[in-house]
Amino acid sequence: MATIPLERGAKVERPGLLSRLTKSGTPYFYLIPAAVVMGIITFYPLGFQIWMSFTNYGLANLRVTAPAPDFVGLSNYIKILTNDLPLQNFNFLNMLAFNLFWTFSNVIFHLVLGVLIAVVLNTDGLWGKGIYRAVFILPIVVPQIIIAAVWLNMYDPDYGAVNQILAWTGHIFGLAPSLFHIRWIDQIDPPIPGIPLTLSYFALLFTNIWLGWPFMTIVATGALQSIPKDLYEAAEIDGASWTQQFTRITIPLLRPALVPATVLGIITTFNLFSLIYFLSAGGPLHATEILLTQAYRLVNENQLYGVAAAFCVYIFFILLALTLVINRVTRATESYDV
Amino acid sequence: MSSQTWSVRNVLTRVSGGSESNTSAGHKLTLPRQLLLQALLLVIAFSVLFPLLWVVSLALDPRNISRPTTLQLIPPGASLDAFKSVIAQPTVNKISFLGLALNSLKLAGGTALGSLIVGVLAAYSFSRFRFKGREVMMLGVVTVLMLPAIAALPALYVLLNRFQLQDAAHKVLFNLRDSLWGVGLAMISGMLPFAIWNLKGFLDTIPKELEEAAIIDGANANQVFFQIVLPLSLPALAVTGFLGFMSGWTEFAVSWQFLTKVSDHTLMMELYNMIGQFAGNTPWSKFASMSILVSLPVSMVYLLLQRYIVGGLTIGGVKG
Repeated sequence: MATIPLERGAKVERPGLLSRLTKSGTPYFYLIPAAVVMGIITFYPLGFQIWMSFTNYGLANLRVTAPAPDFVGLSNYIKILTNDLPLQNFNFLNMLAFNLFWTFSNVIFHLVLGVLIAVVLNTDGLWGKGIYRAVFILPIVVPQIIIAAVWLNMYDPDYGAVNQILAWTGHIFGLAPSLFHIRWIDQIDPPIPGIPLTLSYFALLFTNIWLGWPFMTIVATGALQSIPKDLYEAAEIDGASWTQQFTRITIPLLRPALVPATVLGIITTFNLFSLIYFLSAGGPLHATEILLTQAYRLVNENQLYGVAAAFCVYIFFILLALTLVINRVTRATESYDV
Repeated sequence: MSSQTWSVRNVLTRVSGGSESNTSAGHKLTLPRQLLLQALLLVIAFSVLFPLLWVVSLALDPRNISRPTTLQLIPPGASLDAFKSVIAQPTVNKISFLGLALNSLKLAGGTALGSLIVGVLAAYSFSRFRFKGREVMMLGVVTVLMLPAIAALPALYVLLNRFQLQDAAHKVLFNLRDSLWGVGLAMISGMLPFAIWNLKGFLDTIPKELEEAAIIDGANANQVFFQIVLPLSLPALAVTGFLGFMSGWTEFAVSWQFLTKVSDHTLMMELYNMIGQFAGNTPWSKFASMSILVSLPVSMVYLLLQRYIVGGLTIGGVKG
């Protein structure tokens, strides 16, 4: 085996050593499996999807011996943008706006609640930390179809737990139980006049807050534990209040851990197919439909594969734009180094 | 092999050493404050547990009612009958719980293993080498990183459907789309970019000195990879594998769209069959007991891996 003679005082070129392997073609060798797999099952389908999006691909073209679909140009893209599809209550831009609003309204709650609870959980000498931590991760682990089904059950207007609890609370204040026959999922009229958000949005929001804050808490707890305690002691000696300590020490030092977690949270919430599909099914009248549930319906229910392909190309670029914007924002706020 | 001048233990202590220097006295928590915080946390814990206890209550209810009538954890006449009937056959479809679990296991295990093996090789290459085309290829991975499998569903459905074996009478013997293999491929397509990126993020944090020492000792690229990099990245592999497993275990959309044969059905598909098809007529006791059977094993693993999962996610997340 070849060895490199090392003389005393000789300068070791660190990157040079590994790059010795580079010349042998090793990096490409290790990339071959991923390149082949991604080429076949990721990039080829994505390319094919772009071709599909220019055709009227439908159920009739699905059979192996079926004729190729007709080329229709940009018609699918235009139909989606102008809401000219054979679907009821389809409005692309409204759906996109709802999807974005849905994402940010959720993540803000996750972040604020998650950090606050992590701070409480990180108190020195608190009893039962381990137990609380174990309990708090449960929502993350349970499959979302189960969570959605249970909450749907609890939002039931007649016997659901939510209305029952509200009626109990209302009873204390002397309110009649009939006031709390709330149709959380089906009611079409928005509860707040002038704001086009249905009750099912609020039901979904509440459920997803329940579902989402524990992740932020876990991330923040990990980061909190690595903040040296002397910083707080020094601040206390200097007479800093709790709020000052929180905003000047805790928040800046949590930032490096919270930024990637927030980005992850934004993308997951934007694409939160399961919860919405199973809980409100995008209803009522598609008011809580997000892009992904609609894309799935186009394939699964409407069998408009060409239109669905164009729809998914839109999703691809929207996600790409979203990621780029998030990256910009997180980089721009990276000004204070800690 | 040459002498073991490079030991794995050395690096492990170096990597984990930093976190232990952080013990401090702190203040003693006063009793009233302690009680106040405990009350607050108990309320939060209760709110987290409430929907899950609701499931337990439904599962134990002997009446298999479609809607719970009271807020009671242990319903009158609690029994495990629902569990028994779920294990025998969850829905009208002629497939046992074991059969469903086996299908889900195949899908989850395949997704985890497939994306892991291919992913760690690529991650090693991206993390350790500078070569022509690296930037372009990494950009390729990043652009599809955020893309869920559903966003490629139209094309995958159409393409996989073309791989059919037919006999002389045009009877379909095998359709890749209508098989767990096809669903698995679609799952790996969604999972692999994440696996590459997450593992690369982890590998970037492992100091290079060890590998360099090994190269000096005459190790070649394969030895470096299999004897140093792979053992060191075991925690990250476990986490990425577990996340891949979870995505396969909880997968619904693709399998619901692809699979038609009852013998291929997965746990999620039958859970959906209970609640989706005949809304308002859900067999809640069966649904709830099946939910418990489905969630319990993965919850246990998650609890064990918890520490690594969070670390792994935030490292790999978006770091360039």
